[in-house]
Amino acid sequence: MTDIIAIKNIRKTFPGVIALDDVSFSVSRGEIHTLLGENGAGKSTLMNVLTGLYHPDSGQIQIAGENIHFTSPRDSLACGIGMVHQHFMLVPAHSVFENILLALDKVPNFYSRKKYKEKVQKLIDEFNLDLDLDTPVWRLSIGAQQWIELIKLLMRDCKLLILDEPTAVLTPQETARLFNVLRKLKEQGKSIIFISHKMREVMEISDRVTILKKGRSITTRVRGDFDESKLASLMIGRDKVPQWQKNLQMSDEIVLDIQNLSVRNDRGLSDLDDFNLQLKKGEILGIAGVAGNGQKALAEVLTGLKNTNQGRIYAKQKDITNSNARYSYVAGIAHIPEDRKTIGIAPDMSVDENLIMKSFKSGSFRNWIFQNKKAIKRNAEEKIEQFAIKSGPDGTPVRYLSGGNIQKVIIARELSEKPAVLVALYPTRGLDIGSAGYVHKVIADGADQGMSTILIAEDLDELLKLSDRIAVMFRGRLIGYVDPRNTTREEIGLMMSGETPGEKV
Amino acid sequence: MFEILLDATVRAGTPILFATLGAIINERAGIINLGIEGLMLIGALAGFSGTYLSGSLFVGVIAAFCATFIAGSIHALITVQLRGNQIVSGLALTMFGVGVTALFGKSMVGLTIVGFKRVAIPGLSQLPFIGKAFFNQDLLIYFSFFLVFMIWFFLYRTRWGLGVRSVGENPAAADTCGFSVSKYRFLAVTVGSGFVGIGGAYLSLASTPMWIENMSAGRGWIAVALVIFAGWSSPRAMLGAYLFGGITAMQLRFQAMGTTISAHILQMLPYFFTILVLVISTHRLQKGASQQPEGLGLPYDREDRK
Ligand SMILES: Nc1ncnc2c1ncn2[C@@H]1O[C@H](COP(=O)(O)OP(=O)(O)OP(=O)(O)O)[C@@H](O)[C@H]1O
Ligand SMILES: [Mg+2]
Repeated sequence: MTDIIAIKNIRKTFPGVIALDDVSFSVSRGEIHTLLGENGAGKSTLMNVLTGLYHPDSGQIQIAGENIHFTSPRDSLACGIGMVHQHFMLVPAHSVFENILLALDKVPNFYSRKKYKEKVQKLIDEFNLDLDLDTPVWRLSIGAQQWIELIKLLMRDCKLLILDEPTAVLTPQETARLFNVLRKLKEQGKSIIFISHKMREVMEISDRVTILKKGRSITTRVRGDFDESKLASLMIGRDKVPQWQKNLQMSDEIVLDIQNLSVRNDRGLSDLDDFNLQLKKGEILGIAGVAGNGQKALAEVLTGLKNTNQGRIYAKQKDITNSNARYSYVAGIAHIPEDRKTIGIAPDMSVDENLIMKSFKSGSFRNWIFQNKKAIKRNAEEKIEQFAIKSGPDGTPVRYLSGGNIQKVIIARELSEKPAVLVALYPTRGLDIGSAGYVHKVIADGADQGMSTILIAEDLDELLKLSDRIAVMFRGRLIGYVDPRNTTREEIGLMMSGETPGEKV
Repeated sequence: MFEILLDATVRAGTPILFATLGAIINERAGIINLGIEGLMLIGALAGFSGTYLSGSLFVGVIAAFCATFIAGSIHALITVQLRGNQIVSGLALTMFGVGVTALFGKSMVGLTIVGFKRVAIPGLSQLPFIGKAFFNQDLLIYFSFFLVFMIWFFLYRTRWGLGVRSVGENPAAADTCGFSVSKYRFLAVTVGSGFVGIGGAYLSLASTPMWIENMSAGRGWIAVALVIFAGWSSPRAMLGAYLFGGITAMQLRFQAMGTTISAHILQMLPYFFTILVLVISTHRLQKGASQQPEGLGLPYDREDRK
């Protein structure tokens, strides 16, 4: 096999952090090469070096055996390297068309709108996507935004395609579709660097896997020379995957009662339609459904971010319909949002501050009107240790953290005040398997202590493993419940596409 | 009566229109430019001197554009290349403009030139009501109409324009698509500044064909505010500039009629109303999606995480 690109001894530091210590690996023509590593291992940083966004402190990048020095992403694009970034590089105010046009190669300055719209539309149709070219991107779901990023990459003629956690926000069906595309590209002789924390996907698609640990490339394995548990143990060490037991006892006390809830979105369509749900104390209620079927609206209504058009919500018999977020919190509802960068954190504030953002008013973090710096620090140290947050030097703004570590900060904060109800949207999205296991453990342990959880997720494995009951949503309606102990993935899959269930629990 | 007032409106609004358009180009690329007032003065003096020395109005306009292009490149250097604070740099540019024109303008005070003459456009100038006001004007006013359209076309129909807007919204997105953020920002600031300079030149070559110290009289600041009123769009900038022009025209008319109201109060009116309209219109704007470029005021550092 011929290497199309080789990376030798790359090192990259940021003030106070060694993001990449010593990384070497290479990609051959026509292979899918997966990068695997814990949150904060340096995967995204490495890819940003490869695309010329970051300058390495030392080390070489070789293309066809020759040292290459990238000064900007423009240079790497010229060498045929394209990338989908973990954090979207989209212009939210611009239309879908303009975002894609921006990425297109060789567009003349006075371009024909008609011609290029047709060209873009053709590709959208090819992927069977339901995207309107003139919609501004900020109105789209995260999954749709991910597709726009993918289209931006696919419309360029790249030799090496880098995909940084593209499947984190895709449904299993969409992932399958993407994998088909990737396989086709591979057959055409293109090379792909793929990053994902989902072992099932890594096993399915990779020709080779390189493992990154604390900024070092520790090994590269060829297909056949690895399996799931081997990779996991190489990546984190087997002893670190947390163990937990689910308590099957549950009280009958209803902590959250949702009655006939209807919510319309800003386009006047129904996000939720006559939705009913009862949540018991200590219960983990999984909600399955293809993204965009009202899950987000449900979470936003429960946490007071959105108003209802109809229906009531009671938390422990108290009417909390249309209360604001603060009020929901007083009622004991915590929220792990889907869109972590925009509503999950205050990006410019430090990790310590973000961790107390919900409890800064409480006595333990203040002396009269002043902050109690010591207590805040102690709290942060505790949480950082507990959740294994890789946080950089003291006072680092949260935005510098890796994607998975930002997610951990949010979860640590939301669970800190022992909420009665946790509304979690895709809580392990972007987390490495060790961290995901820990979050599962925290949720399961919380349930033992009486916390009820609404777990909205796409990963059926996660839902089946954690939930006491699974409710399936379709087009804003509750299709029915299934018992995770005696159901199949197929049954849930059918219900997710709107078929009514054979049995109810 | 209406025709005369409308004519005066267009003439009073034009310098502000140029300045607002220039500021829009700056801000579309993400750079706040508070140096507009200073740039107008530099443009006014350069335009006047150029014309006085060469005898050609055309040379004057080119001189104004070039002088402010260069002055604007100081702002661009500080904010784009050196990632300095845009507010501070802009304010400094205004103070620089006021000072430097006062100094070098001394020798030009009291001199006169022949300013821009009206050129009637056959046919169009015969239109009822608006014909005289819009199509019996000088060449710079026609140029301003053209510029309003050109800027809209440039921003929304060309690839470069898409680059300018993207660089102002999310520079990282533009960068990863291969657009040079610094090149686009630098050129937007300098070319935008050049148009502001033509607005200044309009004052000294058409409005009152002479150089008067500090003759922009705060119009640059009004332009900065009008950018927001215009929602960063060039056709709406025209509306805003003529609003200011209209009230100016009216208060002049009042003064000419000899009212007993103090002239100082009357002169205040255009500024007052412009700000009032601005407050009301932005209040309304904020309810919908904000039209302000998202990256406005933020320096771009490739290695910094957003
Ligand atoms: N621009 C930056 N400034 C400062 N620190 C940074 C920057 N980019 C990355 N880092 C730090 O470098 C380390 C590696 O981050 P990186 O994003 O590469 O991790 P990752 O392997 O992609 O993790 P994840 O799986 O969570 O996405 C982290 O500790 C992060 O805080
Ligand atoms: Mg990453």
